Amino acid sequence: MASFKSTKIPIYPKLGEKVTPDTLYWKNYKAPVQIKEFGAVTSIDFSSLAPHNYAVTASTRIHIYGPFSTEPVKTFTRFKDTAYSGKFRSDGQLLVAGCEDSVVRLFDVSGKVALRVFKGHTKGVHVTDFTSDCYHILTGSDDYTCRLWDIPNSTELTSYKEHTDYIRCGTTSKLNRDIFITGSYDHTLRVFDARVEKSVMTMDHSQPVESVLLYPSEGLLVSAGGRYVKVWDLLKGGQPLVSLKNHHKTVTCLSLSSNGQRLLSASLDRHVKIYNTTNYKVVHNFDYAASILSLALAPDDESIVVGMTNGVLSIKHRKSPEEKREMVGKQRMQPVYRIFVKGRNYVPKKDDFLVSKPVKSHLAKYDKQLKKFNISKALDTALESWRRNRKPEITVAVMKELDRRGTLKNALAGRDEQNLSQLLNFLIGNVVDPRFTPVLVTATEMILDIYQAVVGQSSVVDRQLVRLQELVEREVDYQQDLLEVLGMLDTLFATSLPRKEVPCPGSSR
Amino acid sequence: MVAHAEIRVVHLGGSKINFREPVITNDSRFLLCASGESVKVYSSSSEECVHDLQGHTDLVSGIVRNPSNHLQVYSCSADGTVRLWDFTDGILIKTFIIGYPIYSIYVSENHGGVVFVVVPMANDKSSELFQLVAVHLPLSGDQEVEARELSAVLCDVSPSGAASFGRKGEYIAAVKGLQLEVFFFKNQKSHRFFLKPGNKKGAKNAFTCVSCHPKEDCIATGHEDGKIRLWRNFNQKKEYTYSTLHWHHGAVNTLQFTPEGTNLLSGGIESVLVQWHYTQENQKDFLPRLGGAITHIAVSPDGSLFCTSHSDNKITIIQSCVKVSAIIQGLVKGEGVRTDLTIDPRSKALVLNGKPGHLQFYSLHRDKLLYNLDIVQQEYIHEEGLDQFEVVKAAFDTRGDWLATVEERTQKGSELEINLKLWAYDEQTQSFMLNTTVTAPHEDQIIAMCFSPSPEITMLVTISFDGHFKAWLLADHSDTKEGASWSCDFVGGYHHLKPGCCCFSADGSLLAVGFQEVVTVWSPSWELLTTLSQPPGAIRELCFGRLSCSKYLLGTSTKNQLCCWNLLTCSLEWSTPVDVSLLQADPLSENMAAFCSQSGCSDLFVFKPGEPRPLYSQKALCTGKVQRAVFAPRDQMLESCEEHAQWLNRSQLYFLTQHMDLMTFSTKTEEDRLLASSKLLMVDDSVAVTPFYLLLGKHRQQQEALTNPMAERIQLPQGSIAIKELLYTPAHVLPSASFLCSMFVRSLLISSSSASEEKEPVEEEMESEEEDSEGEAELRDARQDLGGSAAWGPGEELGAPALTKAQERELRRVKHFDHSWLSSVLEC
Repeated sequence: MASFKSTKIPIYPKLGEKVTPDTLYWKNYKAPVQIKEFGAVTSIDFSSLAPHNYAVTASTRIHIYGPFSTEPVKTFTRFKDTAYSGKFRSDGQLLVAGCEDSVVRLFDVSGKVALRVFKGHTKGVHVTDFTSDCYHILTGSDDYTCRLWDIPNSTELTSYKEHTDYIRCGTTSKLNRDIFITGSYDHTLRVFDARVEKSVMTMDHSQPVESVLLYPSEGLLVSAGGRYVKVWDLLKGGQPLVSLKNHHKTVTCLSLSSNGQRLLSASLDRHVKIYNTTNYKVVHNFDYAASILSLALAPDDESIVVGMTNGVLSIKHRKSPEEKREMVGKQRMQPVYRIFVKGRNYVPKKDDFLVSKPVKSHLAKYDKQLKKFNISKALDTALESWRRNRKPEITVAVMKELDRRGTLKNALAGRDEQNLSQLLNFLIGNVVDPRFTPVLVTATEMILDIYQAVVGQSSVVDRQLVRLQELVEREVDYQQDLLEVLGMLDTLFATSLPRKEVPCPGSSR
Repeated sequence: MVAHAEIRVVHLGGSKINFREPVITNDSRFLLCASGESVKVYSSSSEECVHDLQGHTDLVSGIVRNPSNHLQVYSCSADGTVRLWDFTDGILIKTFIIGYPIYSIYVSENHGGVVFVVVPMANDKSSELFQLVAVHLPLSGDQEVEARELSAVLCDVSPSGAASFGRKGEYIAAVKGLQLEVFFFKNQKSHRFFLKPGNKKGAKNAFTCVSCHPKEDCIATGHEDGKIRLWRNFNQKKEYTYSTLHWHHGAVNTLQFTPEGTNLLSGGIESVLVQWHYTQENQKDFLPRLGGAITHIAVSPDGSLFCTSHSDNKITIIQSCVKVSAIIQGLVKGEGVRTDLTIDPRSKALVLNGKPGHLQFYSLHRDKLLYNLDIVQQEYIHEEGLDQFEVVKAAFDTRGDWLATVEERTQKGSELEINLKLWAYDEQTQSFMLNTTVTAPHEDQIIAMCFSPSPEITMLVTISFDGHFKAWLLADHSDTKEGASWSCDFVGGYHHLKPGCCCFSADGSLLAVGFQEVVTVWSPSWELLTTLSQPPGAIRELCFGRLSCSKYLLGTSTKNQLCCWNLLTCSLEWSTPVDVSLLQADPLSENMAAFCSQSGCSDLFVFKPGEPRPLYSQKALCTGKVQRAVFAPRDQMLESCEEHAQWLNRSQLYFLTQHMDLMTFSTKTEEDRLLASSKLLMVDDSVAVTPFYLLLGKHRQQQEALTNPMAERIQLPQGSIAIKELLYTPAHVLPSASFLCSMFVRSLLISSSSASEEKEPVEEEMESEEEDSEGEAELRDARQDLGGSAAWGPGEELGAPALTKAQERELRRVKHFDHSWLSSVLEC
């Protein structure tokens, strides 16, 4: 005697992204904290010192925030014009910032007034950075020059005037105190050595360069400009390695995750994309409300800070392990009876004789009715499950099963006004869903056949029937439009396909 | 053509076991059922086949217990004989020749020496009318007896199972159409009762079956509309009464009272065994979901066991407490094998669609169903006129790791439902687990599918009537949580033509798809390499050559053409005008088998694509077309030296005829080997011989032999020869026992001198004995004296006062004479 086989509920593939370790990792952030700044946030820099404060440059001030504070810990306001590129020194003691008024200011993080003021540029300074020996400052300006300054003497050491357009990005090597790289709107990236008069390497990005980034090993250089992110191999003399085109607007900022395995790029198209640095495929994607100008990751990826053009600073903190566990704990149902809990975690000892109890298979409510051939009740319970859990697939599966048994018509017949309107509600909600249409169309036809005699007797049912009719008409129009589009696409593809001698296959994927 | 007597076409097992009602023996240990031309005896506890009673030359149409001897059964057959068997030993006791084809047989305890059989009316084979006749079985000692003493009992009965004996054999009831006829033996009168055709409210009153109460005057009849009527008071023509029981919604196929008459069992298409309590008729027990529709019910004489036979070639044994205890399942062949015959590469089992929604794995070597794999995984609704899902295609990959199945359901007036399912072999559970389900893989029916044999890639190609072929690839998502799953990789077509067949080359480097008259050859990167065409006639089947013939591609077309293309030159190598209905390639050799249908018969040609002459051919293999065929690899290679039988060395060819008989080819060497192995396996035991017994029993015997101290003593050298001589000499030529006794006993004694000293002379003696038997008559006497004195010396010295020397010599002469006589007998 075979046991009753329960109704198979088809599992429909979930559309959208697949669950990968990357998505799990990058989804494990709390809801963002948003802070309104005075203007567009142009730069964010994390201090490498323990609490990992970060400096946010927006409008004419620089705010320093603590890792979990929403209020600034410290504010630098001594700028005459828009400030740019607030950067911490590697020991976290000093902060340098450029300004639209061409003056570069150096602050002590604990102080308020500028320690040093470097004057010499003739136009706004968008790029500032410390060299790896901590004694020099690199600046890049809209006057097409980049200069090195000595901090103790506050004097200009060298000036390079090789770029032919604004210098808007630059970085210093963390391994060599003399090497630095600048990117300019003249589409080039130049590598300079402070010991040499001229640039030692030039790379053509072919778009105005917005951001440059060096890998921790400093063998690879990443540049962003236009819609492209390009990776260059410095050890091979600046050979292009990959060109990524995943954004549809200018890429403004680049960042590396803490372990160096993932590259993040932020763009004016309001997306942050995360790439795998081994194959340069996009593994994850963040959406933001406005165009992104700056992006920074805290050490160990503890938080992602994004600055946008509308002046909003968005901070996402990583979920702590306790919170994660709490989530799991909430999902688990509490056992109702003591009997279910008792002995559940008992581990049998070595010499114990195990007596296996036959596992009683539990049938769903609708399956119990189907087993007894109570078809109307089976349909009722299935509809109930739809009302309660909003799972139309169960109801549709039961309808399909009834149709297979040839008893769907009997199950649909003989319903009162309330029952019928419930059924019609279900149809209105799901008949145009392409997953369910084949089954529900037959059911709809049957209902119309059965109840055509009583049309006009109930206003509720009549209204629903009219709604159903409208829905179907709209769907038909929609399908027709789709077919038209398909026809157009076919013609387009046919013209673009090269003619081959061998007859090509009908269609290929 | 040469007739090859060495290769025979033989029937393979898997015949119907549900044709007639099975019989349970008195002690409930065995179950007998008609199976084709033989009667099979199954053990009711172990489900194993114990005996196969062979002797009938046509379909066996009924079995009944011999009421006078509970160890015997009668069987009747369409060959016109009734045979009496001893089923415990599997011996044919007697054959009664009736002379007319028999359709069923009935016996009653109160009619000794008489069997009732159903034969065609007017003694004409083509007649549609049947009559029930009583046959007096003559008492005679002969093996074959002619029983011509027939007397008609009832005219116009239905040919099968619609008659039953009433209380103590006083009357017999038979039903046909709308008529119930009861014949009383006492006054030799029959009463007829008619029902109205009555088509009101879907009532169909036609009788389907009948059963009489064993203790009371009550007849139960089953009807087409599912009603059961209990007739009483039927010895009066007018004042009869009946009551109606109704549960079945389809026709009642069979009815049976239990031996005490307390319960009535009924079964029908619903596959539910219903047990009605005779006195409280509104009480009933159910045993649902037994399998296919119930066709027969049998009850053991003590009422402890029921058995039901089902339409899916199955017999279920049920304990009377309504619990299934055993299932005997035969090969299910249904109306058609929609999936081709395939061989599971792992278990080497034949795979085809079995009961609805299942694939059956049938072991060809053991002639036993291994298991059923549920493909559709849906509750089967036993109701007529329902469209059910059916398994229509199945394919294995070369290693047996993957199984692909296609199920479809055609609905009246609505679209076709197709599911493609891919099953992965699970080592732990030793069965296939569902991996991927593709709903609606194609827009129309799938015609064929095949796996790529290449080891690097796991790929399936399906072709369909919608004009496309699709390649499905196993994609490993090791980075995500879900495991490997299948997805569509390529959709191809050719000028919107309908494809007809597809085939991969042996290494998987080429795919050939036949689009009507054109064969397209594709590379694994989905480039159309070339097209081959040989109009007129659409391509029906395609086959790549193997091993040394892998450069050839063979195709058969509807216009009676067998073509062979050379793939290196892309040209036609040869073609021949034969109507090939089936083309099969042997996976282990270059051989191809082509079944050709010609004037209602099928011929077989076995050939290599590269050679002009066929290796083997047989005309008129069977009547009608061969439906399906498959090469099954042998587990042990045959060493046949005959040239025309060599093609059967590596694999065996099985085929299904038009009448769904599974046949195969067997060679002489194979039959010899089978005979030898069957001798080894012969174990005389009334207990069913299971493989476990063969394993453990032998082992246990060995153990006993090892542990038994007696066995060691018997092996003593002095004893063995004396006992051998005593035991192997025929009793009637030996001297009297009292005469031999003392000598025999003495020979068993261990002599006072050490055994090691004695061993050598004994060996000498044995040698001399052997030489004796080889035959040197002149020297015999002298040697005997020599050897004899050496062997028997010590025994005599111990003292044998009863015998004189002369007597002893006489005795010895007698013994040696006898021995040589025996050996000469043995030699010839």
